[in-house]
Amino acid sequence: MSIFLDRSSRVVVQGITGRMAQFHAKEMLEYGTNVVAGVVPGKGGETVFGVPVFDTVKQAVAATGADTSLVFVPPPFAADSIMEAADAGIRYCVSITDGIPAQDMILVKRYMMRYPRDRRMVLTGPNCAGTISPGKALLGIMPGHIYLPGHVGIVSRSGTLGYEAAQQLKDHGIGVSTSVGIGGDPINGSSFRDILERFEADPDTHVVCMIGEIGGPQEAEAAAYIQENMTKPVIAYIAGLTAPKGRTMGHAGAIISAFGESASEKVEILSAAGVTVAENPSVIGDTVARVMKKQAA
Amino acid sequence: MDIHEYQAKEILAKFGVAVPQGALAYSPEQAAYRARELGGNRWIVKAQVHAGGRGKAGGVKLCQSEHEIHDATNAMFGRKLVTHQTGAEGKGIYRVYVESAVDFDREIYLGFVLDRTSQRIMIVASSEGGMEIEEISATRPESIVRSTVEPAVGLQEFQAREISYALGVPTALTQQMVRTLQGCYRAFRDLDATMVEINPLVITSDNRILALDAKMTFDGNALFRHPHVAELRDKSQEDPREARAADRGLAYIGLAGNIGCIVNGAGLAMATMDTIKLAGGEPANFLDIGGGATPERVAKAFRLVMSDENVQAILVNIFAGINRCDWVAEGVVQALKANPVDVPVIVRLSGTNVEEGQKILARSGLPIIRASTLMEAAERAVTAWKNDSKQNTRMRAV
Repeated sequence: MSIFLDRSSRVVVQGITGRMAQFHAKEMLEYGTNVVAGVVPGKGGETVFGVPVFDTVKQAVAATGADTSLVFVPPPFAADSIMEAADAGIRYCVSITDGIPAQDMILVKRYMMRYPRDRRMVLTGPNCAGTISPGKALLGIMPGHIYLPGHVGIVSRSGTLGYEAAQQLKDHGIGVSTSVGIGGDPINGSSFRDILERFEADPDTHVVCMIGEIGGPQEAEAAAYIQENMTKPVIAYIAGLTAPKGRTMGHAGAIISAFGESASEKVEILSAAGVTVAENPSVIGDTVARVMKKQAA
Repeated sequence: MDIHEYQAKEILAKFGVAVPQGALAYSPEQAAYRARELGGNRWIVKAQVHAGGRGKAGGVKLCQSEHEIHDATNAMFGRKLVTHQTGAEGKGIYRVYVESAVDFDREIYLGFVLDRTSQRIMIVASSEGGMEIEEISATRPESIVRSTVEPAVGLQEFQAREISYALGVPTALTQQMVRTLQGCYRAFRDLDATMVEINPLVITSDNRILALDAKMTFDGNALFRHPHVAELRDKSQEDPREARAADRGLAYIGLAGNIGCIVNGAGLAMATMDTIKLAGGEPANFLDIGGGATPERVAKAFRLVMSDENVQAILVNIFAGINRCDWVAEGVVQALKANPVDVPVIVRLSGTNVEEGQKILARSGLPIIRASTLMEAAERAVTAWKNDSKQNTRMRAV
């Protein structure tokens, strides 16, 4: 088991003919991901690495049974593409696109609510590295080989900091069930809490490693959820202790604008909820290893 | 992206929000002339800088004659205004807004923000205008009224009425208040703002609702569809290095420390700064060169970081995934050969082909200090900075 993504996921890549999308579609195919279709309006009938391209997501779903989508579409058109996926019956969608206007994301979130819960698409991102279930499938832009298959669930706002965690786990011989990037934008598809809920229910995930940063309410919300509902140990690292207030630190969502949004406040809130917090980014792997050893004992 | 008060007022007025009569000036002479054009005998002159807290810092003056206007603005132009929001370096005053003074009975706080919890536009209002919202929420939290807007249908009139009643606005002025709220909401939505703040919104002695101040911030990711808003950017209000970096597609924020940072990815960049601090140093900047870390970007980054004369050591921290470490290492070596730097450079690579990358750095003949973990890199950077700054003091003394 794993969450969101496994060998049976049938993947459509929206925007597959773009240069970066082609590069990463190839990486995904080489990893063993079941990429069944591409969608680019006006390019229906073409193929990319043997993958058929359709004009609409509905056509791709009808012809290939696609149930999972990767949105690799430039910012002005990305919201439209995500809504198209939701309407075509896609179950899980990852949006890599960095730079989608915040109000477009407000509309996307509102649009997704029109479907009853059992038919509602799950979105992660935008502005994330994607999702990987190691050894099974890769949906995104991360280097697949830094993840060993295993039982740690990773959820991260940052891309490269998530890689850093996976690499440190690999150096300890520790594997990952699924790693999910929720992205650096202020309005995102899924929150830490949403993903933690999935990991808690996933029998293949034994420990969760959560990588947060300054800005926004989602770490505090996760802390409340962990305290109330989680039986599995959670290890966290929060970036941005030295970030000045009121400045946007690269990610559109990484800005301290209210109480509880600074790194030290988040560390305090998470620690109070029983989360083991890694003091510095070099010891994420060590901290997970220590918690797992304690769990095994 | 921030804009000036006078620009925000111009925009909001177009959306039906009432503002006082005012005019912009670029010199004391022009300011006095503007006052004469406006008429009346009391004016407010306001320094136009991208920061709040101008009043307390001396950037807002009440004047009763053209002579006073000339003197007040003469003291402003070309100066740096230091408010609690600008940092010690302050922001330059190059434009002044002259407004007819208004008598008012009540001040209201009105703000529109992107609320990340509800993931919607939220209105935050308080009957305690004039103070900053942080102060209001600390001293008079019960005075704060909040309302979120359903994005599919927009702000409804009943919501605006509810806010007006909750703020205790006289019933005779409810319609004016509704028009003000809807105007702000439409400006926010139509122009992709991330913040609209009117503080204070006043009820004048002759029963009008007027925006005495206005602040708007826009979503940088949406400027592509609002060229008229994008034109309002004022580079004189930005840190010149940050502005130059932004023009080159790099996310850079200058800080007060001595250890420059070059990192790929925003989260990893923050983590690198934190680790420097833990190791006993102070980061000189935040810099995210983007996921790919191409040699061109690394070279640009070195030039940018070195343009800060406080930088006494540079820490490069790159996670190389699909772009392998050997390729990134070549880029670092090329960049350093093309742009030699006179401070210690510490490089930490991780990810794919780490050993190859390390070998390339070692063989380059450049005095690069290598590290394997981030903590080790930060410690070496702090040590190198301490040793080097001693030498530098000596050299600079000679």
